[in-house]
Amino acid sequence: MSEMVKMHAVQAINAALHEAMAADDKVLVLGEDVGDKEGGGITGITSGLSTKFGDDRVKSTPIAEQAIMGAAIGAAMAGYKVVAEIMMMNFTTVAMDMIVNHAAKLRFMSGGQTSVPIVIRTLTGAGWQTAGQHSDFLEGWFAHVAGIKVVCPAFPADYKGLMLSCIQDPDPCIFVEAGGTFFIPNDVPDDQGPIPLGKANVVQEGTDVTIVTWSAQTIRTMAAAEAIAEAGISAEIIDLRTISPWDKETVLASVEKTGRLLVAHEASRNFGPGGEIAATVSEELFGKLKAPVKRLGGPTCAVPFAKNLETAFIVQPEDIVAAVKEIMA
Amino acid sequence: MAELSNAPKPASEDLVDIYRRMLRIERNEDAVLASMRRGRLTMPYYSARGQEVIPSTISHFLNDEDQICTIYRGIQDMVAKGIPLKPLWAELAGRVDGTCKGKGGAMHMTHPETGIMVTTGIVGSSMPIANGLGWAAKLDGSKRVVIAYFGDGASNIGAFHESLNMASLWKLPVIFVCANNRFAEHTRYEDGTAVDQISKRAVGYNMPGFTVDGNDPDDMFAHASAAIQRARAGEGPTLLECMTFRFRGHVIGDDDKYMTKEEKEAAMAADPLPALRARLVSEGHATEEELTNMQEKIEKEVEEARDFGLESELPSLDELRRDVFAEEIPA
Ligand SMILES: Cc1ncc(C[n+]2csc(CCOP(=O)(O)OP(=O)(O)O)c2C)c(N)n1
Repeated sequence: MSEMVKMHAVQAINAALHEAMAADDKVLVLGEDVGDKEGGGITGITSGLSTKFGDDRVKSTPIAEQAIMGAAIGAAMAGYKVVAEIMMMNFTTVAMDMIVNHAAKLRFMSGGQTSVPIVIRTLTGAGWQTAGQHSDFLEGWFAHVAGIKVVCPAFPADYKGLMLSCIQDPDPCIFVEAGGTFFIPNDVPDDQGPIPLGKANVVQEGTDVTIVTWSAQTIRTMAAAEAIAEAGISAEIIDLRTISPWDKETVLASVEKTGRLLVAHEASRNFGPGGEIAATVSEELFGKLKAPVKRLGGPTCAVPFAKNLETAFIVQPEDIVAAVKEIMA
Repeated sequence: MAELSNAPKPASEDLVDIYRRMLRIERNEDAVLASMRRGRLTMPYYSARGQEVIPSTISHFLNDEDQICTIYRGIQDMVAKGIPLKPLWAELAGRVDGTCKGKGGAMHMTHPETGIMVTTGIVGSSMPIANGLGWAAKLDGSKRVVIAYFGDGASNIGAFHESLNMASLWKLPVIFVCANNRFAEHTRYEDGTAVDQISKRAVGYNMPGFTVDGNDPDDMFAHASAAIQRARAGEGPTLLECMTFRFRGHVIGDDDKYMTKEEKEAAMAADPLPALRARLVSEGHATEEELTNMQEKIEKEVEEARDFGLESELPSLDELRRDVFAEEIPA
């Protein structure tokens, strides 16, 4: 039996990187400030790695997102497994060419001759007043591009298990770390191994309504769970964990059972990933739905700075409670 | 052009090898254009006619282990490096026997067996990836080198600057080879580039940089040899700005209005291909007969490749779901 250890997401990712680098000397890490001399990353996620595995395998880089991503791609094509950090998700925009035109497509365009096994680690999330250029959840952008997997964990065990899987995956993965999930300690089995990509986690079973969510929004949905139960509603809460490919099977089976669906995410609602999920459920289960599918997401604006505006931007637990009641009405 | 002390000079066999690579590029391109005219190949084609000395001399120093990252105007780089012509033609035609099963096409060709790792249609993007391959070479403890080919226009993109800085900082075995054909699409060099020689930019990255006569096999030979030796010895990257001219416009079909008639005629009069041929004969490196035989052999090889490529089947529609990820994706 595995023992449970309390750790938070930062420690869980750090543990995954340590294990992966120790197990396979082809695993490399690079990014701005990732070396110990530079503090082991802004949140300490890469702390200890360069001391243990050397500056050749753990490379602090200049502030050069295209060069970071390009170096990751090239080394990956040459047989390494590269974990590249783009400090904040908004800075992926600077390296979009490398990610979208190169990493995601080289396997396909080369007819399968080359592959790009990289993990792009990146931090984001509203709630810290980091505003327009440091808070965007861009998972929908990447999910729209074929050839890249998009992983958005919420709990420490998932951070560890999914990171291990991303490193092993033969294709590029973007691993989104949400500040809002970071410092909440939780149980992680001491032998936590890889968790398969593309598999959702049913965090609460229920029969009346399905709530599909991920990343920090899962934490907020759990905060709404009690009020929903008190209203006499039995909600099934699904933490998608991987956005692309997403676990259609689990979601469809759940909605088939409950007949109702709410998708709640942090990214802006318009053209967000919720649209894809809602459309798929409507296509597949049209006759079985007891209520129209509902989506919750941010308004169509940049993540605002002012605390009150930022709070209003984020889908809060009470918004989820209200939406669920509306669906049930 | 920059002088190198003790510059190595090409021997007869070096010059003949460089010429063979140039001729292969030229004969192959001729057949490509003929097939395009006949409607047998339909694609935008970026000719590098006139620029052949550059990759031919560089490739003379490379082996199969060495790698290149090149651009849309890169068929000459691939042919010089030794890509087999049959799968090359099948790829140009978008057929199943292509290097990439017809899924990359002319602008996105890959052939790792001969060290052709990436061909990119995005200006400037060959350089960051070449750095990663160079980093891997260093970690592997291998002596292989990586060439990043690009144009003069690409040196104005952020990726160029980020890549040179990183390569120099990490002492990567990467050679940045800029074919300065004096035009970026239709924009004249001086209207798009703030410095009169791109090689000067190397100073800012603490790396040797040279402006080389990219149409002169001797000058190219000396600089390519030195840069590759430096990279193999672990001494880091070099920027080579190779001066040249493209004879056939940016893309086939382009009407060259942005060039003056005089500059184009002058460049074409100095065509490096017949010039080298004449030199090989006059300096006694090869006889007319040997060169004619060489040409016939190459033409036969090109014809066979063309027929093979054009007769290859189209890829099946299943390919849409294959190679997206390692595992086939569900419909
Ligand atoms: C990022 C990007 N911007 C614009 C283009 C369109 N474009 C294709 S080739 C080209 C000119 C590039 O010139 P240069 O780098 O000098 O190379 P050359 O074509 O002369 O070999 C441009 C602007 C592109 N492919 N990629």
